Amino acid sequence: MFDPRRVTLVVNGNPVDRMVDSRVHLADFLRRDLKLTGTHLGCEHGVCGACTILVDGASVRACLMLAVQADGRRIDTIESVAGDDGILHPIQEALSRRHGLQCGYCTPGVVMTLLELDRDRDGRSLSEPEIRAALSGNLCRCTGYQGIVDAALDLFGPKNIETSTQPTHGSST
Amino acid sequence: MKAPPFRYHAPASLSEAVSLLSNLENARVLAGGQSLMPMLNLRVAAPDHLVDLGRVSGLTGIVDEGQSIIIGAMTTQRAVERSALVARRCPLLAEAVAHVGHQQTRNRGTIGGSICHLDPGAELPVVAAALDAELRIAGPTGARRMKFRDFPEGYLTSQLAPDEILTHVAFPAIGARTGSAFLEFNRRPADFAIVSVAVQITLGASDIVTHAAIAFGGIQGAPVRFAKAEEALPGRPWSAAVGETLRRLVPELACDGDDLYPADYKRDLCGSLLVRAMTKAAARAGGRDV
Repeated sequence: MFDPRRVTLVVNGNPVDRMVDSRVHLADFLRRDLKLTGTHLGCEHGVCGACTILVDGASVRACLMLAVQADGRRIDTIESVAGDDGILHPIQEALSRRHGLQCGYCTPGVVMTLLELDRDRDGRSLSEPEIRAALSGNLCRCTGYQGIVDAALDLFGPKNIETSTQPTHGSST
Repeated sequence: MKAPPFRYHAPASLSEAVSLLSNLENARVLAGGQSLMPMLNLRVAAPDHLVDLGRVSGLTGIVDEGQSIIIGAMTTQRAVERSALVARRCPLLAEAVAHVGHQQTRNRGTIGGSICHLDPGAELPVVAAALDAELRIAGPTGARRMKFRDFPEGYLTSQLAPDEILTHVAFPAIGARTGSAFLEFNRRPADFAIVSVAVQITLGASDIVTHAAIAFGGIQGAPVRFAKAEEALPGRPWSAAVGETLRRLVPELACDGDDLYPADYKRDLCGSLLVRAMTKAAARAGGRDV
């Protein structure tokens, strides 16, 4: 059974108008139809967080939303994060500096989660437990999370703590 | 995996949604999709039709009706988590909702979806059981109301007819000298609870307990009220000794176990969580937060 539906949405600032089979989830729509392969699929049932994107600014698992449900919505993916000139976003820069990625598979989801966290904190500095709780929906099998947490602490942690710009392994101070 | 094929429907009104459910065979309601989408992707569910409530108006929002806080079934868990009204007037719900999944799922997952899905490890049905929330339901013959205690039929199954839709949930607002607490035990925060407990108690003169409500999740197919303990509490103030009395009642709890978490282990969790939660709730009822 093919159940095509028309969807119009805005993806990374660009209007999109497509037909899509109703059973196609949003991550597959982004990856296959729009060729935005930066959104990764890990588990495809809502556990790993690799496919995290922003829908109207809120972090969402793209494997747990149908493309048809995104009709009329504004979607932001990892492709929108760095500048057109290739200059990394401060979150990407911090992850790179702190060795917050190895294989990089989970990284797009982590970045999108941190973007929402940065907006929601509204300038308030965050503690390490708060950062770990926010990142708990993104699984990473490489880094043991320390590098990711260090990167987030660099950006959102208390500013009076002096942070090293050297990569750390196993220490968050 | 990918979801099996289905026909997708996006009604704009409640009556249209009910009419679709009445006329379609093997249709499922899609709310936030945070349980149904994994079931589709894993092919545990294979409906011929999905009726998405996402475009139906009038199903979101949080309203203070005095005695109760009325929450539209399609209100996201995240909206409830961030609601100052819920935090003030229904603190048990506010405390529990922060345990539901992760922020990425709470941004989509809904109050009504979680209550209708009735996962034994889910938090919100346990709150609905402890407070005996009132469910407002729309169907082809009109609207009806049902107390949560009459709602579960068993594992993942409610009394909703296939052509009925939960539209609102009315959680009783917290009264004076009343405290509540929600606790759960799991291997990692944000996992489904192995055992969860929701309690709410009211104190009278000399801090004597006048009313207590206790519900457990995770021990049976649907949330369970602990009537024996609720009846044992009134008439004396909360104390560690009373806690020990409650603990001695726990072996009477009917409890489903499995190889990973045997029934005796779950009962141990029930006892420990119950005493901790009651201690918190009593302190809160007495005006001391813990």
